[in-house]
Amino acid sequence: MQMFPSSLFDNPERLNRWIEIAQSSFLPLLKGALTYTLSLSIISFAIGLVIAILTALARISGSKPLVAVARAYVSIIRGTPLLVQLFIIFFGLPSVGLTIDPFPSAVIGFSLNVGAYASEVVRAAILSIPKGQWEAAYSLGMTYRQALQRVILPQAARVSVPPLSNSYISLVKDTSLAAAILVPEMFRKAQEITATTYEPLLVYSEAAFIYWLICLVLSFIQDRIENRLDRYVA
Amino acid sequence: MIVISNLHKRFGDLHVLKGVSLTVEKGKVVVIIGPSGSGKTTLLRCLNALELPTEGSVQIGEVKLDFSARGRVDKAEIARLRRQTGMVFQSYNLFPHMTALQNVMEGPVTVKKENPDSARAKAVSLLTKVGLADKLDHYPAQLSGGQQQRVGIARALAMDPQVMLFDEPTSALDPELVGEVLKVMKELALEGMTMVVVTHEMAFARDVADEVIFMDQGVIVEHGTPEQLFTRPREERTRQFLQLLQ
Ligand SMILES: Nc1ncnc2c1ncn2[C@@H]1O[C@H](COP(=O)(O)OP(=O)(O)O)[C@@H](O)[C@H]1O
Ligand SMILES: [Mg+2]
Repeated sequence: MQMFPSSLFDNPERLNRWIEIAQSSFLPLLKGALTYTLSLSIISFAIGLVIAILTALARISGSKPLVAVARAYVSIIRGTPLLVQLFIIFFGLPSVGLTIDPFPSAVIGFSLNVGAYASEVVRAAILSIPKGQWEAAYSLGMTYRQALQRVILPQAARVSVPPLSNSYISLVKDTSLAAAILVPEMFRKAQEITATTYEPLLVYSEAAFIYWLICLVLSFIQDRIENRLDRYVA
Repeated sequence: MIVISNLHKRFGDLHVLKGVSLTVEKGKVVVIIGPSGSGKTTLLRCLNALELPTEGSVQIGEVKLDFSARGRVDKAEIARLRRQTGMVFQSYNLFPHMTALQNVMEGPVTVKKENPDSARAKAVSLLTKVGLADKLDHYPAQLSGGQQQRVGIARALAMDPQVMLFDEPTSALDPELVGEVLKVMKELALEGMTMVVVTHEMAFARDVADEVIFMDQGVIVEHGTPEQLFTRPREERTRQFLQLLQ
């Protein structure tokens, strides 16, 4: 029986090599995570949220053209794979004279993606706020915009935090797709290290471990935010 | 102060207000009673354009709006009308993410662009007036129904309205909390506020109202002083309704 663990642990030299590679690759991977994975996900999520709110408002605006545009956008993004979208932006657009660097290409792709998915969350959250809240705001003389900013969105934000946190955690993991369009984020680093060390199991597991650590930290932050926002709910 | 003339409201095929006309003098308190579904809420909501009437006109103070099924009403005019009125809702509709103090400051600061310090001072004195000086920093969820409704009244008063509209302000309250809200409303009436109140609190109507209006099926069936309407109703429908209440 040639099972993998026995082959590894029967061979002290290989074990030493693993430890060495793990040590020397951990920092570069972590650096890839901290510089690219996090910045890519944070920037894309911030832009994506703005797109999501605008799309959600367009969807509930009641204006036919706005609704149609918003629906088409959401349908196209949700109906096509993220990897294919990234390829179109990075490899496809240059053929019409639009060449975009890897990082901004990834930001565009991920923002559009977050915008489409999160718009459904935001829309549902806005619609979940009782009509009486709009009426109370209007009766004080607020405009649509003031009612939205001061009364509706803060409450909708509370409702959206759990689903949006989950979207963000998914996005962090999805940033690994940016490796395919040459963004030097963590997963691309892992591919490079694998190419020189020939230890895919070790290096990719290390990358997986770092993703997992990041997600643990994010879940922790999510809980804190939710508790904070729970203050006013008895 | 308020002149409503020939007001109609339709929801599709449903004709809810069928030509309501009503005048309320400055400083008077008008109580509207009537069976559920008779259009009382709709009438109040037409007074501050939360609902746009299909036909007729509403004048409050200096601001007059004419409505027709086609013509669109200017947003700025609606805003001006709303500035004249304060509304108190059956279900309070406080902003749950703001404290009592913030709820009361919100209108002046956001809508009137008042300086936050003076808005705060005014909000504190209004909340003190409705007996909630010790609840300034409580969120609505931490307040009883009666306390929430008093915050609702303070919030509306903070905009310095010419007219206060109350839509069954005590209907959602436990019986033991009704009194504290009615007391605040009575004080307001004594200070000379012009008020239109939908309520079934007969004692309040008898005590505070200058005029009582009985509405049924979208029309004003009869109106008069509380004494007239309660003890000598002219219309059979009014009589039947009053019997049901007892
Ligand atoms: N937004 C609306 N759309 C359709 N029908 C409505 C709407 N608001 C009220 N109505 C109808 O109008 C009628 C009068 O309602 P309302 O003014 O709330 O009566 P009241 O306050 O006297 O109980 C009811 O039949 C109600 O179903
Ligand atoms: Mg009603």
